[in-house]
Amino acid sequence: MNYGTTLLWKRRALSSLSATRRGLPKEKMSENGVLSRAKVLTIDTMNPTVKKVEYAVRGPIVLRAVELERELSEGMKKPFSEVIKANIGDAHAMGQQPITFFRQVLALCSYPELLNDSTFPEDAKSRARRILQSCGGNSMGSYTASQGIDSVRQDVARYIERRDGGVPCDPDDIYLTTGASDGIVTMLKLLVCGEGATRTGVMISIPQYPLYSAALAELGAVQINYYLNEEKCWSMDISELQRALDEARRHCNPRALCVINPGNPTGQVQSRQCIEDVIRFAANERLLLMADEVYQDNVYAEGCQFHSFKKVLFEMGPEYSDTVELVSFHSTSKCYMGECGFRGGYMEIINMDDEVKAQLTKLVSVRLCPPVPGQALMDLVVNPPQPGEPSHDNFIKERTATLSALAEKAKLTEQVLNTIQGISCNPVQGAMYSFPRITIPEKAIQEAMDKGQEPDMFYCMKMLEETGICLVPGSGFGQTDGTYHFRMTILPPTDKLTILLNKVKEFHQKFTQQYS
Amino acid sequence: MAVVLPCVRGAIIPQSFQSQTLSQPLSSLSATRRGLPKEKMSENGVLSRAKVLTIDTMNPTVKKVEYAVRGPIVLRAVELERELSEGMKKPFSEVIKANIGDAHAMGQQPITFFRQVLALCSYPELLNDSTFPEDAKSRARRILQSCGGNSMGSYTASQGIDSVRQDVARYIERRDGGVPCDPDDIYLTTGASDGIVTMLKLLVCGEGATRTGVMISIPQYPLYSAALAELGAVQINYYLNEEKCWSMDISELQRALDEARRHCNPRALCVINPGNPTGQVQSRQCIEDVIRFAANERLLLMADEVYQDNVYAEGCQFHSFKKVLFEMGPEYSDTVELVSFHSTSKCYMGECGFRGGYMEIINMDDEVKAQLTKLVSVRLCPPVPGQALMDLVVNPPQPGEPSHDNFIKERTATLSALAEKAKLTEQVLNTIQGISCNPVQGAMYSFPRITIPEKAIQEAMDKGQEPDMFYCMKMLEETGICLVPGSGFGQTDGTYHFRMTILPPTDKLTILLNKVKEFHQKFTQQYS
Repeated sequence: MNYGTTLLWKRRALSSLSATRRGLPKEKMSENGVLSRAKVLTIDTMNPTVKKVEYAVRGPIVLRAVELERELSEGMKKPFSEVIKANIGDAHAMGQQPITFFRQVLALCSYPELLNDSTFPEDAKSRARRILQSCGGNSMGSYTASQGIDSVRQDVARYIERRDGGVPCDPDDIYLTTGASDGIVTMLKLLVCGEGATRTGVMISIPQYPLYSAALAELGAVQINYYLNEEKCWSMDISELQRALDEARRHCNPRALCVINPGNPTGQVQSRQCIEDVIRFAANERLLLMADEVYQDNVYAEGCQFHSFKKVLFEMGPEYSDTVELVSFHSTSKCYMGECGFRGGYMEIINMDDEVKAQLTKLVSVRLCPPVPGQALMDLVVNPPQPGEPSHDNFIKERTATLSALAEKAKLTEQVLNTIQGISCNPVQGAMYSFPRITIPEKAIQEAMDKGQEPDMFYCMKMLEETGICLVPGSGFGQTDGTYHFRMTILPPTDKLTILLNKVKEFHQKFTQQYS
Repeated sequence: MAVVLPCVRGAIIPQSFQSQTLSQPLSSLSATRRGLPKEKMSENGVLSRAKVLTIDTMNPTVKKVEYAVRGPIVLRAVELERELSEGMKKPFSEVIKANIGDAHAMGQQPITFFRQVLALCSYPELLNDSTFPEDAKSRARRILQSCGGNSMGSYTASQGIDSVRQDVARYIERRDGGVPCDPDDIYLTTGASDGIVTMLKLLVCGEGATRTGVMISIPQYPLYSAALAELGAVQINYYLNEEKCWSMDISELQRALDEARRHCNPRALCVINPGNPTGQVQSRQCIEDVIRFAANERLLLMADEVYQDNVYAEGCQFHSFKKVLFEMGPEYSDTVELVSFHSTSKCYMGECGFRGGYMEIINMDDEVKAQLTKLVSVRLCPPVPGQALMDLVVNPPQPGEPSHDNFIKERTATLSALAEKAKLTEQVLNTIQGISCNPVQGAMYSFPRITIPEKAIQEAMDKGQEPDMFYCMKMLEETGICLVPGSGFGQTDGTYHFRMTILPPTDKLTILLNKVKEFHQKFTQQYS
């Protein structure tokens, strides 16, 4: 097996076999014939919804990037010395350092003998003791409640109350998850029902984070696209929501509206007014709101501020706050932590029907519990060192350093990209990505079409082969027809990011020239 | 907003029970809600605004999901614990959760070496700490070097860290006497459950008579039935033979399959060995017969082998499906599609909380494998601490390394304590009139058959409860012991069982078994 085989879902090689395989799922082979024994599970007899799933962030470009890394390490000559994976918001992989306090507590929880080690600060020890006391047998190796450890959910609730200026939060409305993705998929799963014209439809932004389209494809739900306004800094537009909804109502049953704020891949930060309008729209149109707020600490632009959907909802008064069903998602993977590998996260469910909530609790119990180290980490994120505690100053220092570096890189990225003719980039107000629009010459579009590739996939694949830079084409997130983009993280260290941006500039100029 | 805890907890089970216990302050609304999923409410009316998502408008397959291991009994147990802590008087001082294979919660100690390496990986500053042994440090360095930016906080490849998959492959080769294993056939998972659900998801297709059917044992581990319900696949029950120590019987497999072929398209056969909840360990012959059956009937084999180190009975031995498959020669080893599952949660480790695991896929079609890789990529990657732990399990301290002796000592202590408790459980349960228990050859549970008096059955029926649920609920209320009724796993009609873990420390287990004895005698008397 080599990595080439993983590309088969795009390529469909082995065509000599397909005749035997195709359309004969129930055929019983002769009992002596080894060669004639067809596989039980083939591309033609597997779950058709799984086949429809696409996830560009780890798609063909990334597979090729991994291949290139292998080739480089085997000494093969390339026009670059290193593959730079700017395709995914993977902060630590880009050199961001973990928060010392978080990792100290995790080490203490992993190996409680260290509680006797005088080099660990007292606040780290007391957090570790509290977490361990909430674990069966005082071990992170025990299963926890399926909804997550009680004390962690309490801490999450208190964090939300502080964040939202005192709006109450019930720990019983908090579900810890295996990263935010897990929560999002679970909620979508709960929602989906009906067939044909009554099939559940879910509104997602275009561009979107492809977890949504992947989950909807797998669940066989109807994806309803609403377009963000690139001219207005990727903002949401109620008339566009209305258009998308009205069209969708003709062929499905729209029941939920997903919003990512700050935006992925677009980096926009929604205004308070916009959020209020969206909530009113959801209320009027009777849609459940799913607010993906995993980048809530990643706001960089002057004049921008993170407003949680929940806070705005409650400020709109009981007409809304008593009725609108809202689910908000958060995670340990982004913000200043960047702890993607731990798969920590939570969701808060607001105004959910009690019977449905009971079904949700039952559903998550089948998977037993989210990973405990991720739960512990989530606890630390919502309950970091407090003023006066020994680790507080260092924590603030580390957090500030990471967030201000990100702010600087957001600005740098926008600035440099906008110096390139044929590339225009909205301000990266928040999150971790730029999503610039690129002009692709007609001749290149034609060549891509001939190859059966999206033009921006063709562009990104060329960039990868020539520069070692791994981006995700805009087509993986969705975009207005005839426009092209790519997503690039702002995560590399500033010096590396500068080199990277210059390489992108050089490549784009060369590419444009070549195809003009 | 205000959610009343007990209501939610009580509400999880039977629907009839649900609607009564749930406080529904908006009960006047239910008429509006029911059957009107697309209704648009008036724009000014707050009170008349019905919920988008209600029990009647949610995913119907989710409603069918049942998972007894964390079902109503456990919810009640949690409630009882809370009541005890609030000072309420009960006929017991402590709730003992013998419902789930949660070793550390029962006091089993983690393997020191594993936790040292995890601490080192979590906080690499400790690599400068001279109190950590060198082999722990070198393992930690190797894991960190495989992580982006040398941090467990990075995403890994969706299939799992390369070096971990290589170590898993080498472990399997050692275990199976040299049968080759390709690291590219290994997928790391979020516990074995994740792998099992993913594989079932890949399989399911068709509608009506062509809908995918999956054969599972009865009794079974309810993850299987829950996943099949959620996927809308057809569950095909084959019964294990309780009289023959819960063994598998080919003629029973054939019966189940033939019957199922009339209404669905059976495509996979799931086997749990060592058995959960039954504790049987399959003989080599039995496994060979099952493989031949799967080959002849063209079924994909799913072998749940998470208890592979948990074999206690004399004369019993763990045989992996893969090893037996390869010993049967290329006619089978080149063709039979097999997926085997393992995890960090059981055996001597018992590290359930880390959600580590792997699956090995054998003879899978290349295009399907590419689809599998794509599918798992959507969830990004399994938790990295779990991947690290899986690595340590398959690559523990070697002879000559500083941690080796202590590792062996700890592993042996845990496994021999389990063997002792398996025997103790069987022996004591079999002294109770009206209870008969097969030998606990392996895994972590006893699944004794219990005689429930006719009068008790009647009372349970009147309450709309399964008789063994009624029995276990009574036991919980009177003794604080939390078991899972056999009906949660499936059983032959008219027979009753419960599942009890053998995990409590020996002294506690003895007390527990005696309490069960006492309760059973009292219960039998009461209803005779």
